[in-house]
Order: sequence, then C-alpha cells, then structure tokens
Amino acid sequence: MFSKIVTSALFAGFAAGLIAGLLQLNFMQPVLLHAELYETGQLVHFGGPGNVSAAQETGGFNLTRDGLSILFVALAYTGFAFMLVAAMAAASDRGVTINARTGLIWGLAGFIAFQLAPGAGLPPEVPGAAAADMGARQLWWFSTIAATALALAMIAFGRNPLVLVAAVVLLLAPHVIGAPHPDAFAGTAPPELAGMFAARSLAVALAGWTLLGMFAGYFWSRDEADVKAAA
Amino acid sequence: MTTIALGHTRTNIMPILGAALIGLTLMFAAGNLQASSLHDAAHDMRHAVGFPCH
Repeated sequence: MFSKIVTSALFAGFAAGLIAGLLQLNFMQPVLLHAELYETGQLVHFGGPGNVSAAQETGGFNLTRDGLSILFVALAYTGFAFMLVAAMAAASDRGVTINARTGLIWGLAGFIAFQLAPGAGLPPEVPGAAAADMGARQLWWFSTIAATALALAMIAFGRNPLVLVAAVVLLLAPHVIGAPHPDAFAGTAPPELAGMFAARSLAVALAGWTLLGMFAGYFWSRDEADVKAAA
Repeated sequence: MTTIALGHTRTNIMPILGAALIGLTLMFAAGNLQASSLHDAAHDMRHAVGFPCH
C-alpha cells in the first residue's frame, strides 16, 4: 500500500508540477518581474513625474532562477500529491472508485482547499505588497486548508444532513473570522499588475490541480489493474 | 513469485498517515520554511503559488 501511494504520488506530482511550472513561467513570471521593477524603486507609477509605460523590458529566461522555480513548483506539487493520494487511498479502502475521471473531482477539491479558499483571504501577492505578521498568516493559511479539506470530505462522503450543516460552518468559519491583514497599505506595484498576478495564480493553480487529480487517479487505477492482472 | 490479493486488503492506517506526513513536510519545506537559501531559491514559486511568505 505504501509503495503504491509513493509511486502514484511521485509520478502525478512531478508531471503536474512540471506543467504548472511551465505555465507559471510563461504567464506569471513576466508579471512578477515587472512588479519587481516597482518593488526596487526603478519604476514609480503614482505621484511620480509622469506616466509610466505599461510595456517594460523585464529580461528573458534566466536558467538558474527559472530552473529553480520550476523544480520548486514540482516539489510543492509532489507534496500536494502525497496528501491527495493518501486521501484517495483512504477512500479507495472504503470502496470509493479512484481513476482518472473521478480524479478530476479530487483535483478540483484540492484546488478549492489549497488555493481558492486560502487565496480568498490571502490573495497571492506580487513582490512589494504589504502583508500582516507572517506567523499569523501561516496559521490562518494552514487552518483554512485543513478546515476546507475536512468540509469538502464531509460534503462528499457524509450521509447525515447534520454533517452537511457542519461542513458549511467549517467552510465559512475561516472567512468569517477573517485572514490577518496589514495595518497599512504600502504596496509598490500598480493594482493592474497585482490583480493580473492573483488571477493568473488561481488560473494556473486550477490547471495544475485538475491535472494532478487526473494523473493521481490514473496512476492509482493503473497500479490496481497491474496488481489484479498479476494475481 | 508469491502474489498477494491486494484488491480487497483492509489497509492499515499507518501507510496513509505516513504518506500524508511526507506530503505535508514537502509542502512545508518548499513553501513555508524560512531558511534564507531555501527562501531565495523558492521565491518566485512561493509568490506564484500563493504561499504566505516574507
């Protein structure tokens, strides 16, 4: 069982992570580098001497920097994959069918728990954005992921209406409590860049997570078929 | 070669918890750990994936 989880998670996590990393490099890195021109003070978009062109030279592909980014995206997705496949294994044990098609729904649920719900309180930030105390943000971030994942599992597998009610409370609680926000706004990047960055972050994450779910379901069911064929 | 009928095994909870813990550790190392070399290498990814960082 353990080796089956590890195999599925490694293949699915690395494959989805590489694709997410390439999407990030193409669609987000130019926005991030552009925002860094404002973070370093090289550009000032407000209260400066005049209008700043929206077209800026942000530099091309940097092998070390961008290579590391892709590797770390793959690493993060491999981490996501281990958690996702562990949950799939627990469900599979209880008779739930896991394959590429159902994996898509698992991936969507993972996107909601790990990206959309925490992102609704702590939107993905461009460099130079102001933020609250990091410890407080990490605590809220982890708690929101845990509460949302648990709530989605309760909605998917709960049979009692009371469980559904409890799930909705769990889904809403982090947002009613509210994420920690900075005391003052000091962001350097134009809102146009910040909005683009947050939107693209969620879009890339949606692609990455749905692929992760499908790959994980595929490798899990393939391994199952192999075992049955060998038996 | 001995074959084991894995299809209907009642799984031990330990492999599942172990795998989840590995995942959590990987995610924490890639996204949340503040060691500066790790932070610099993972910087762009942390912004892009939306990890609370800095």
